[in-house]
Amino acid sequence: MPDSTKLEKNRKSVRHQTFIMLLIAVLMFGFGYALVPLYNVLCDAFGINGKTGGQTAQSVVSSVDKHRTITVQFVSMNNAKLPWKFYPYRKSVDIHPGENTRVAYFAKNESGKTMVVQAIPSVAPSEAAKYLKKTECFCFERQTLADGETMDMPLLFHIDRDIPEDVKEITLSYTLFDVTGTKKSAPPEQRGKISK
Amino acid sequence: MSEQNTAAIGTEEDHHHHGPDNGKGLMGYVKRWVFTTNHKDIGTLYLWTSCIMFFIAGTMALLIRTELFQPGERLLDPDFFNQMTTLHGLIMVFGVVMPAFVGLANWQIPLMIGAPDMALPRLNNWSFWILPFAFILLISTLFLPGPAPNFGWTFYAPLSTSYGPPSTDYMIFAIHLLGISSILGAINVIATILNMRAPGMGLMQMPVFIWSWLITAFLLLSIMPVLAGAVTMMLTDRHFGTSFFEAAGGGDPVLFQHVFWFFGHPEVYVLILPAFGVMSEVIPTFSRKPLFGYSFMVWAIISIALLSFIVWAHHMFTVGMPVAAQLFFMYTTMLIAVPTGIKVFNWVSTMYKGALTFETPMLFAVAFVFLFTIGGFSGLMLAITPADYQYQDTYFVVAHFHYVLVPGSIFALITGVYYWLPKWTGRMYSEALGKWHFWLSAISLNITFFPMHFLGLAGMPRRIPDYALQFTDFNVIATLGAFVFGFSQLIFLVNIIWTIRKGKPATGQVWEGAHGLEWQLPSPAPYHSWEKPPNILPHHPRENEPSY
Repeated sequence: MPDSTKLEKNRKSVRHQTFIMLLIAVLMFGFGYALVPLYNVLCDAFGINGKTGGQTAQSVVSSVDKHRTITVQFVSMNNAKLPWKFYPYRKSVDIHPGENTRVAYFAKNESGKTMVVQAIPSVAPSEAAKYLKKTECFCFERQTLADGETMDMPLLFHIDRDIPEDVKEITLSYTLFDVTGTKKSAPPEQRGKISK
Repeated sequence: MSEQNTAAIGTEEDHHHHGPDNGKGLMGYVKRWVFTTNHKDIGTLYLWTSCIMFFIAGTMALLIRTELFQPGERLLDPDFFNQMTTLHGLIMVFGVVMPAFVGLANWQIPLMIGAPDMALPRLNNWSFWILPFAFILLISTLFLPGPAPNFGWTFYAPLSTSYGPPSTDYMIFAIHLLGISSILGAINVIATILNMRAPGMGLMQMPVFIWSWLITAFLLLSIMPVLAGAVTMMLTDRHFGTSFFEAAGGGDPVLFQHVFWFFGHPEVYVLILPAFGVMSEVIPTFSRKPLFGYSFMVWAIISIALLSFIVWAHHMFTVGMPVAAQLFFMYTTMLIAVPTGIKVFNWVSTMYKGALTFETPMLFAVAFVFLFTIGGFSGLMLAITPADYQYQDTYFVVAHFHYVLVPGSIFALITGVYYWLPKWTGRMYSEALGKWHFWLSAISLNITFFPMHFLGLAGMPRRIPDYALQFTDFNVIATLGAFVFGFSQLIFLVNIIWTIRKGKPATGQVWEGAHGLEWQLPSPAPYHSWEKPPNILPHHPRENEPSY
């Protein structure tokens, strides 16, 4: 039969364990949030979610690999029925690795009001993402257009010579998101990075 | 505590004077249930809540099957169909299986470890009374203007963020409440098992049901906060300008799937580990043999729980993952088949050369072992990454998880209720009704879910209100089976009510081969039991001890 001292001891240990378990619950709640930077770091390290590299690549002067030709296709999309016209002037280009290439997208705001948009890139196959180096891109900045205004949006890039042999075709897609009225935060390409 | 000390000195007869205080009139009755801290009362509340939810979510399942009886948009508006699939899944997981197992835990843990009550009785009351509010929030979305949540029980972003209806916020808060309830319940279970065991009952002398709940409680404690985090991120994405899952702000919708399934995969073991525990009690009883390989059973539960944290991405092989990651998640997933296989083989070995009788709980238990294994095998098929590209989001997945949840978790719950009902009520259920319930359920669930394997392999996608003509025959069969299954469950309800009102008195031991501590108490178990902890532990003999 438990005497009163034993009961008291038991209650103390229950209280102690309850506290530890509440702490575990709070820590696991934090762990859920820790998954966010962890995910970004891992995706970045392995280049696996189709996001193109964050840093603006230096325009290369190194030699062009004339033995290989890679087809780069351009795709454009509007998120959530954004009332903009948005398309690439050329649907695809055939280029050699190391060759600097300039293309442009056309954009027109048909919404009836001034809008701010952000283009988000995605590359397929995703393992090609880190070999697609952009020197200049309209996706680096938010773009603002008044109603009816049009713009040619430039993209200057090259493909790294180290790209795996089996990649013959790369699709680069841009999705235009409405960011009017949202706070300007770090450009998406810089998000989740620990350095800088 | 002083009251308990006094009571502990009393003899068995005193217990009859310690029934619940029902007070006066209706208010007294309501107060008794609202303010109760008795583990048996709270267990009963959990079980009845789960029972009501079972029939609500089951009705939704029948609406889904009615729509799918024939191709074409026949009965339901597609948006309403989506609301039905969403709420059916959410309620079955959070409103039926989880509360019902917590109900079993509340009733059985103190009885089986020789404790007078749960360690934190008032917390226990709160854990339960959060639930009705959560479900009122969730189900009220059906009656509010605008659609109820309609994006599937997995509420993937951006369907639940950018495109979610306003009622999504109700769902988010319902999940917060359910999370709090589960976490508090888990803390209570762990504190009870670690501190309140009868003297002399070491951890490795605990019944396997207790072990399974100890591990389940640790799983709940680790994953429910992650789910709470996921829905909080959804909430801030929807209303407070964050961009966790919003590509425009630098987030990533795929991240949602990782966070969700980091919760979601251990969650499926929360739904099945207590079922393993129930089986490990029932099968030895009706085989009249000790459980085969007790320590292997315990370690199998522990290893399943640990592995469950590193397999989550097998739910999302097709989102785009490096080959190395796909291989990792494929191999770890397949590794889970080893401890699960140990459990299945040990149940079969327990039955081997036993003096078997097939009372209703045993019938459900044997069906569990066989049919759960089918669900396990289809799980292995889905674990094969290249094959999963074919099966992803088809009815094959629907067939798989219904095979592990219906003849798995639900059958285990039914088994547990039939097995312990005589102990709870002091009366025997009707064996004839029990057998009708079993045979109708076992046959009809196979008619319902087995054709879904074929539908999935033939390419029918899940979560659609309409389908191509060639899928008609199997859908007709599945719908017919579903209606038989659904209405067969009314037999269960009738049987329980009949038992409570008119059942024949049960003995203390109830079953010839039953040996746990709970069977040393009289039936019905007195309102306050084990105030004096048991001195002898007859408990679950090991296989190297002389058999009975």
